[in-house]
Amino acid sequence: MKQVNIDIRMAGLGGQGVVTAAHILGTAVVHTGKYAVVNPFFGAEKRLAPTESYVRISDEPIYDRGEVMYPDVIAVFAPQVITAGKSHSIPFYSGLRNGGLVVVNSEEPVINDKDMAEIDKMGARAVYVPATKLAVDFAGTDLATNMTMLGALCGLAPGLVDLDSLLTAVEERFSGKSKIVASGTTAALDDAIKSKFDRAAALVEKNLVAIREAFRYANR
Amino acid sequence: MTSDMVNINTDNTISAPSQRTVSADELLLRAPRARAFITGSEAVSEAVKRANIDMSIAYPITPQSESMHLIGDLYAQGYVRDYYRAENEFAVMAAVHGAALGGGRVFTATSGPGTLRAMEMFPVWAGSRQPIVCAFMCRGVALPPSIQPENIEMAFLLDTGMLMFHAENAQDFFDMILAGYAIAEQPEVHLPVGVFADGFFVTHTREVVMLPPDDVKLPAYSPDIAPIQPFDMEHPPVRQTRDPLMNKSNFTSYAASASWHQEILAAAERARKHINKYMGGLIEISNPNAEIMIIASGTAASQSREAIRILEREGITVGLIKVKSVRPFPTREIIMATEMAKLIVVPEFNAGGWLAREVKASLNNNDRVLAGPRVFGGMAMPSEVIVDEIKKVINNKC
Repeated sequence: MKQVNIDIRMAGLGGQGVVTAAHILGTAVVHTGKYAVVNPFFGAEKRLAPTESYVRISDEPIYDRGEVMYPDVIAVFAPQVITAGKSHSIPFYSGLRNGGLVVVNSEEPVINDKDMAEIDKMGARAVYVPATKLAVDFAGTDLATNMTMLGALCGLAPGLVDLDSLLTAVEERFSGKSKIVASGTTAALDDAIKSKFDRAAALVEKNLVAIREAFRYANR
Repeated sequence: MTSDMVNINTDNTISAPSQRTVSADELLLRAPRARAFITGSEAVSEAVKRANIDMSIAYPITPQSESMHLIGDLYAQGYVRDYYRAENEFAVMAAVHGAALGGGRVFTATSGPGTLRAMEMFPVWAGSRQPIVCAFMCRGVALPPSIQPENIEMAFLLDTGMLMFHAENAQDFFDMILAGYAIAEQPEVHLPVGVFADGFFVTHTREVVMLPPDDVKLPAYSPDIAPIQPFDMEHPPVRQTRDPLMNKSNFTSYAASASWHQEILAAAERARKHINKYMGGLIEISNPNAEIMIIASGTAASQSREAIRILEREGITVGLIKVKSVRPFPTREIIMATEMAKLIVVPEFNAGGWLAREVKASLNNNDRVLAGPRVFGGMAMPSEVIVDEIKKVINNKC
């Protein structure tokens, strides 16, 4: 019997929180009793450089390691992944499984007709979510784009994880209950994002609001 | 005078908050465990936290940097008695050797080019019988350059005299580091242990790891049980390097050196029963009766497990021999476990194929061995690649 699993590839720019988002999603999944394995793309870190992270979710133990080559879900955190080739995987949908899902952070369509035809051929669907706009509107900073992307993913991909587990994992991440250090520069970014808010509690609260709004947007 | 020095070292314990000492048996084999969702780097730090370490010395290199950074945090919290950043990897390996010679329990870690830079020190560790535990987060070296996962550096270390364990995942990494101390510090062993994990695949991957409580730790290392005394000018190996008699070109000096060599090799053999006890064996077997067996270590074992799943769904039964101890090598175990096998597949994350060579050298009818597939330069090994290799052989025979 084929195990029930979902493989996710998240692609974005260094500093957007693509790796942190994967760790948070994995933590949320593990809280629900399922198995999850999370890893980043194995490259040197640079701000705004192409960044990928991967989440494998299953009802069974997961042994598979490394980059997800055949994702069910592709989350594109920055339109430049598509428009400027800021991606380890080119084209950005390479390896997408039939019937898969692509979620793109953009206020307007950025996938060209040729690529869209390929995605259609796979029976996959592409959805645009203005994740950065939602982050600015509801959390007051574009640094919360990874949060709104998670909320949108949660709303668009049923069976991924429930919203409550996701929100709990975010609270843990920022309250220090579970320390997730995605990389050496993450600690500095944490300080940067904390400075955007009066208190850590406000940070968590605003992030949770932004995630809920993105979830609501995705479910529209 | 020697015993005074020992006392100074072992009494100088800055206890980390509320940790009590338990035996290695209790910590590794009996203590209840709880789930943690952590990376391999964090698993290293969790092991070191419970290992009652006297000294840890760091020099950063990807993908090792996070774990040695976290050990710096442990030092700040009082779990590690001394810690500093050295000039380079050679300095690190020389300095931990000095700390071990002085009677301390030490830990360090490195990766790829760092391993090669420090190379001279590894046989020195073994030659002076120091129970140093070092983690190697394996990565590419300059053929051509890559920071990404592959384990060619293990081939270079096979004959340094150190014991070598290969972790498949973060759980193994945690367990093998602690087991490393339990095994290395047996008086009849007293050799360095390298615990290897494929960089990134293990270090940067977050997964569930079962951990014993963190309010317990190993008993302090006691150099009194060592086969050689702490830094002592009158006994081997220090006397050997110091004393003109030993360094002279005469039969006595050759014989002394040769017998010391033999003793190091014999000590590694004597480690086997302790590896069986603390690591559950030098190998681990799934589907022991299968006619097709995969022999793999590290991440290649994980990718093989996925391949076995795929083939199982197609009605093809394939077994796995996971090699946990590379030194000593499980020669007898592999001979016995492959008695029924008609095809033996050895997937590896390096271009040289060191595990396939070891396997072939262990078996009589080794034309059964398919020395591959191999990936290197940082590539992942999709389980489909292993499946394809196996199917190619099956289809050719039909």
